[in-house]
Amino acid sequence: MIRFEQVSVTYADAPAPALRGVDLTVPEGELVLLVGPSGVGKSTLLGAVSGLVPHFTGGRLRGRVTVDGRDTRTHKPRELADLVGTVGQDPLAHFVTDTVEDELAYGMESLGLSPDVMRRRVEETLDLLGLAELRDRPIATLSGGQRQRVAIGSVLTPHPKVLVLDEPTSALDPAAAEEVLAVLQRLVHDLGTTVLMAEHRLERVVHYADQVVLLPGPGEAPVVGRPEDIMAVSPVFPPVVALGRLAGWDPLPLSVRDARRRAGDLRARLATTVPPLAATPALPPAPPVDRPAAPRTALTRLLRRRPQPTPATDVTAVTHLSVLRGRIEALRGIDLTVTPGETVALMGRNGAGKSTLLATLVGMVEPSSGSVTVGGRTPHRTHPRELIRQVGLVPQEPRDLLYADTVAAECAAADDDAGAPPGSCRALVDELLPHVSDRTHPRDLSEGQRLALALAIVLTGRPPLLLLDEPTRGLDYAAKARLVEILRALAAEGHATVLATHDVELAAELARRVVILADGEIVEDGPTHQVVVSSPAFAPQVAKIMAPREWLTVSQIRDALAAGAAAEDPA
Amino acid sequence: MAPADASRDGDDRATPGPGTETPGPDTNDARFEPPADASRHGDDRANGAPAGPNRGTRTPSPDIGPRTSEAPVDAERDRGDRANRATTGTGRNPGRRANAGNGQASWDRDTPARGVGAGRAARVRLPLRAPQATRSNALHAGAWWVWALGLGVAASRTSNPLVLGLLVGVAGYVVAARRTDAPWARSYGAFVKLGLAVILVRLVFSAFLGSPIPGSHLIVTLPELPLPGWAKGIRIGGRVTAEQLVFAMYDGAKLATLLICVGAANALANPARLLKSLPGALYEAGVAVVVAMTFAPNMVADVLRLRTARRLRGRSTGGVKAVLQIGLPVLEGALERSVAVAASMDARGYGRTAAVPPAVRHTTTVLTIGGLLGVCAGTYGLLAAEGAANGLPLLGIGVLAAVAGLRLGGRRSVRTRYRPDLWGVRAWLVAGSGAAVALLMIRASVYDPESLHPGVVPLVAPGLPLWPAAGILLGLLPAFVAPRPALTNTRPAPTNKEKTR
Repeated sequence: MIRFEQVSVTYADAPAPALRGVDLTVPEGELVLLVGPSGVGKSTLLGAVSGLVPHFTGGRLRGRVTVDGRDTRTHKPRELADLVGTVGQDPLAHFVTDTVEDELAYGMESLGLSPDVMRRRVEETLDLLGLAELRDRPIATLSGGQRQRVAIGSVLTPHPKVLVLDEPTSALDPAAAEEVLAVLQRLVHDLGTTVLMAEHRLERVVHYADQVVLLPGPGEAPVVGRPEDIMAVSPVFPPVVALGRLAGWDPLPLSVRDARRRAGDLRARLATTVPPLAATPALPPAPPVDRPAAPRTALTRLLRRRPQPTPATDVTAVTHLSVLRGRIEALRGIDLTVTPGETVALMGRNGAGKSTLLATLVGMVEPSSGSVTVGGRTPHRTHPRELIRQVGLVPQEPRDLLYADTVAAECAAADDDAGAPPGSCRALVDELLPHVSDRTHPRDLSEGQRLALALAIVLTGRPPLLLLDEPTRGLDYAAKARLVEILRALAAEGHATVLATHDVELAAELARRVVILADGEIVEDGPTHQVVVSSPAFAPQVAKIMAPREWLTVSQIRDALAAGAAAEDPA
Repeated sequence: MAPADASRDGDDRATPGPGTETPGPDTNDARFEPPADASRHGDDRANGAPAGPNRGTRTPSPDIGPRTSEAPVDAERDRGDRANRATTGTGRNPGRRANAGNGQASWDRDTPARGVGAGRAARVRLPLRAPQATRSNALHAGAWWVWALGLGVAASRTSNPLVLGLLVGVAGYVVAARRTDAPWARSYGAFVKLGLAVILVRLVFSAFLGSPIPGSHLIVTLPELPLPGWAKGIRIGGRVTAEQLVFAMYDGAKLATLLICVGAANALANPARLLKSLPGALYEAGVAVVVAMTFAPNMVADVLRLRTARRLRGRSTGGVKAVLQIGLPVLEGALERSVAVAASMDARGYGRTAAVPPAVRHTTTVLTIGGLLGVCAGTYGLLAAEGAANGLPLLGIGVLAAVAGLRLGGRRSVRTRYRPDLWGVRAWLVAGSGAAVALLMIRASVYDPESLHPGVVPLVAPGLPLWPAAGILLGLLPAFVAPRPALTNTRPAPTNKEKTR
């Protein structure tokens, strides 16, 4: 169905080709997953299928790409529109019209389908993707997950033979992601649609794939094979595979179900070991003021003003908070306290009010009732300059925080904003993001690097409370692991962290406490291991495999096994 | 205003609304099912055009042509049937539909029927009450524009502040009653503010630059700037009289009312829906325009986001410096998004064209260009002193040729239309009410110009001319006949509670 013959793509002004020597055949009716670390050319490869590379992006494509016999060299993207449906990373950039129903019909209108057919397919697709009650809604008012579903629906309606999806589930909550993937599987099974998708969250998709295409590094030829075989060698892999590799299972399990069947003896080996209660290394949370802060060597000296501690040790206290957004009550009766050094994961479906809660904590949204204090201050009445020393938020889109055209200028501005001595931000950048030159333009950084830079800027004010909104979107496993390390170190220094995230694996790695929001109310608040293990939607893969024992991460099991081995050896 | 009251009663009993509408979609389903079955496994694209080779050229036109022209008739027949059922077997009432365009007239005619019996009256009101808006009964965007322009024309015929105020009130009431939560509906407030700004600017200019209006009620004498002799006739500062200010205010209010009427149309009609009514040849250009228009609201959203981000970095969000610093990223973001949308449109088939024989192509070009030239020449002829005789026919021929050119040009486009808005009875009523207001006002301005243009010298309190005012109230009709917007996610009770706190 899709055939790449010796394809290489070089963008204008690029020193090296983004893709080189790609030979690839995707048979009809298969679900093929494209994996690899960030920046290896996954998006370029996907773009080549729809013809947007090189017709739209420019650059030079050598070799031949054919889709169902049509050569992309001679067929423009619009002439492939009836054959290939493409959804890019940002669903907002995909929309042409302004209401859901019109958006679903747009592609069919362009192809000239008859009104009857259009009507029927729109109704089918509304049901298929669960969008029926949103049909008249303006797209601007939808939540992220709803937008993603509309974007997928809008390319499904022309019944393309090939679907190309770039990170279709990374913005979705676990349940919505399951829905979307179930739809994709149905398309593959029932309609014989060929699906080619790239995704960082392998734990969600790898077991659906018929084939995996691994791009090991920039400019390297792809490796194609069965998912089990590729996962054995891939530099990126989901926790279930990590566990399989650790336990030496062969063939590697890809789904929780496979792994559970294999995990009998592992469970037996660990039967006597008690899982550590908290995911983070058990450190007593110390209030940041009392500690001389040994690990923050250079940075400590740079601090002029320390955050003033509240008499109570809580970094933030939220009582009976309600927030109205327009006519919608976004939050209702929220009570939450966070103590220094604590890491709290805020979870819940798209649109549950997570971002609103974070926005309230930094004073961007005024509570309609109840009270919020951060470091003893009321955020929305505090001057921003003052507030950034109490609380820092890394927004969903870290690039919003970056204005300057070089990293150095950005750091200088951050020092100035926070009233920190010159060089403090740069020192943080060196710590979080080594090997980035001062002269790099922030927009040229990869997603992970940009996040680290934004984090460094926010941390320049040394806020005792750090908020992160969906930090792992678009990050590969390596970048995620670095983020986990960084955040753990910050927690050890006494920073309290609140993460709003859909990434259950991240929450399991980092958080000591999980708060689940639904419809603007807190429905669950407790230690991570209790909350996530009891909930099928929010349980990480390891917890599902090891249930009913409360193991959450591969590293816990690795440590426990190592400790067990060490204990056995002397004996 | 008996009819208005009656339908307000209907409004209050909101819940059964959707129920009465269910037959609509059902009949629709029945209508589209059979062809759906027929083409389920076949190539849907060729549906309706068995001859394969020329499918690209002709498929859409035969499909779309009859449907669009038939569908409104169907819808009207549906509604008519239901109305007839409700009026308990008075049989078909053809006059009713024929008179629908007159707006108020048809309502008056219905009134006695409703008063027949209590039990019957309730059933009569059901079909007459405005239903909840859905896609299938959505009012044609053009109807809103005709209504709003009607009010605008009326506003341009008077400078009486009371009449203008009444017009603003009517527009405001309809907007309040019928606008949705959609982003484009929020522009009304901006237009009202713009209108007030216009009045203010007019007053300030009048005060500082003087005015030809002679006046005796001196309010204040500003220091006058001495100007050299060549600048005679220009005055800066000097006497400010009550008359000139009142005159400026009347004048400003007229313009403000016009703006508010346009704002009302903007708030009530989705601009993208208007596109659906464009001829096929212009549709693609129209999409480009609409996408370009979303540039502005997106940029506003970007500015808000970046201001938030500035706050997160501890900077002030106001001031020239802030604007300059935000400006570049906003433009960058907007540009990136435009490129992304263009890519998406391309990948989704925007601009696909059908193969058209060269003869047709050339004819299209000749007709379009010839038609436009004819329109230009005809207009010129009309404007010339005594050219109306040859101007008018030339204009007519030009328009005809241009229309034919557009229709032929539409063949090149393979695009079909998904559920275009239908121009039904309610659309006639809404458009008719606006037109009626405009006509009545024009008539009034001929018969009784004094009351519509209250004098400022000498200063008199403007009176409210009764008949024009009554005519303007006709403009309230859409607030009762247009489908009610569905209220989603509204919890008014907590809103009030929170506000009082």
